[in-house]
Amino acid sequence: MTYDFFYKLFGSQIIAAIIQSLLPLFIFILPFALFAVWLERKVSAHMQDRLGPMRVGWHGWLQTVADILKLIQKEDIVATASDKPLFNIAPVLVFVGTYAAFAAIPFSSAFIGSNLDLGVFFIVAVSGFVVAGILMAGWASNNKYSLLGSMRSVAQIISYEIPTMMVIITIVMITGTLNLNTLSEMQTGHFWNWMIFGGPVFGVSKFLMIPFMIVSFGIIYISTLAEVNRTPFDIPEAESELVSGYHTEYSGMKFAMFFLAEYANMFAVSAIVVALFFGGYQSPFGYVGHLFGLQWLVPIEQLLWFAAKGLFFVFVQMWLRWTLPRLRVDQLMTVCWKYLIPLAFVDLIIIGLITLI
Amino acid sequence: MREYFKNIWAAIFTVSVGMKITFKHLFVPAVTIQYPDVKPKLPERERNRLYVNMDDCIGCDQCARACPVSAITIDTVKALPTEDLKTSQGRKKALWVTNFSIDFSKCCFCQLCVFPCPTVCIYMTDVYEFSEYKRENLLYNFSTLTTEEIKQKKTNYNLFEAEKAKEKAAKAAVAPVPAKAAPKEN
Repeated sequence: MTYDFFYKLFGSQIIAAIIQSLLPLFIFILPFALFAVWLERKVSAHMQDRLGPMRVGWHGWLQTVADILKLIQKEDIVATASDKPLFNIAPVLVFVGTYAAFAAIPFSSAFIGSNLDLGVFFIVAVSGFVVAGILMAGWASNNKYSLLGSMRSVAQIISYEIPTMMVIITIVMITGTLNLNTLSEMQTGHFWNWMIFGGPVFGVSKFLMIPFMIVSFGIIYISTLAEVNRTPFDIPEAESELVSGYHTEYSGMKFAMFFLAEYANMFAVSAIVVALFFGGYQSPFGYVGHLFGLQWLVPIEQLLWFAAKGLFFVFVQMWLRWTLPRLRVDQLMTVCWKYLIPLAFVDLIIIGLITLI
Repeated sequence: MREYFKNIWAAIFTVSVGMKITFKHLFVPAVTIQYPDVKPKLPERERNRLYVNMDDCIGCDQCARACPVSAITIDTVKALPTEDLKTSQGRKKALWVTNFSIDFSKCCFCQLCVFPCPTVCIYMTDVYEFSEYKRENLLYNFSTLTTEEIKQKKTNYNLFEAEKAKEKAAKAAVAPVPAKAAPKEN
């Protein structure tokens, strides 16, 4: 819909496509990253009975803007012993992997970067770039802490992709589509049509499914948390052990790119969880636009609902970060291989049986 | 098998307990004091920068002698009998205090100078923000007299002394010294 608008405006498919692809970056990812960093600092501060940034703007809301300005001005240090081409490509690759995931995320019925039929699959596949980028960063830094961090990160991300995929398969089994837009459209109506409440089809199977859907949601939330390297699964960055993991040697804008990618990733995984389980961009109660007959208001409302749901899960990620201690490497693997994967398998089988009814 | 499900339950239970605690703390008022805007209430007997009320100072030098780090320097000139110097309590002052300087780069804020003061003119204030870029700026001079006044007081006293000596000499010339009129003191 936005693509058509730009196509009519400029009369060129290429310009329209470029604008369409840059839109989420400039109107969503950058402001979101700035806001999320500020929110993270505020949430952490208030959970520890502090105030956090207070001096730049109202309650320090411009603090992250000031930080970014500082990072842009900083010297770009490249260590002598590092592998320079890899060192320079790594942050870009990490960011590209994160940014590409936003292409298939439906922000509202009017705006989806690319309405792919393999939406979820595309996101999972493209997140693989992040693993390569992180390993590159760790290796090219020529620093033992960076390498350890990136090795841990790779082991962790690859392990936790399995339960994530299992849960996605569960959802796909019920809905029969990988298209995130169709998935969101299916869950339209009221909140009881959301996947977490058994999906849109009313019947016995819906009520049988609810407990297993909640378990699936728990599994995918925990494993996506591990995929974006957040506490309690932040052993790749483990400040107290590894300085700051794979981005120890990075400075200035390259560090900012890792940082941006991390926060964008937080929203990306929250968006996937929202699209799969919580109705995507659908409002839980109906729309003000429909109520007053203002059809143009509906996509905007949908965007707001989507952002609100995504932000809520980002907030929960922060909440968990400032509550839980870090897991040991063996505990991390235990959680994944001994608990999440068997549970995901059992869940898959049971939901498969229920859908057969 | 029981152990396995027990572990899962323990994980869910302990995480939710922790999350409940942190969520409660979100709404606990912060202990942070926004320092330059909001200042903490100081205790009653706080020890900060000293202040000297020069109207009351009699130049007795007791504070300078009490100071363990010799941060206080006092110079005095005797006042003439014609000059009527008084403290705010009406106590007579015999000295002009020409210099009363405290070097706060030496001061250790022990408050030992405050107690011996007979007129309670040196005391602690609540000012604690007085950092300086240059060390000389920490040398505070409390004397209220200007340089000219100090010079004048000195010359006045010297003149008075000289006059007195002259008078004495004149007296001695008129009447010879009475032989051992008064027994020597001490």
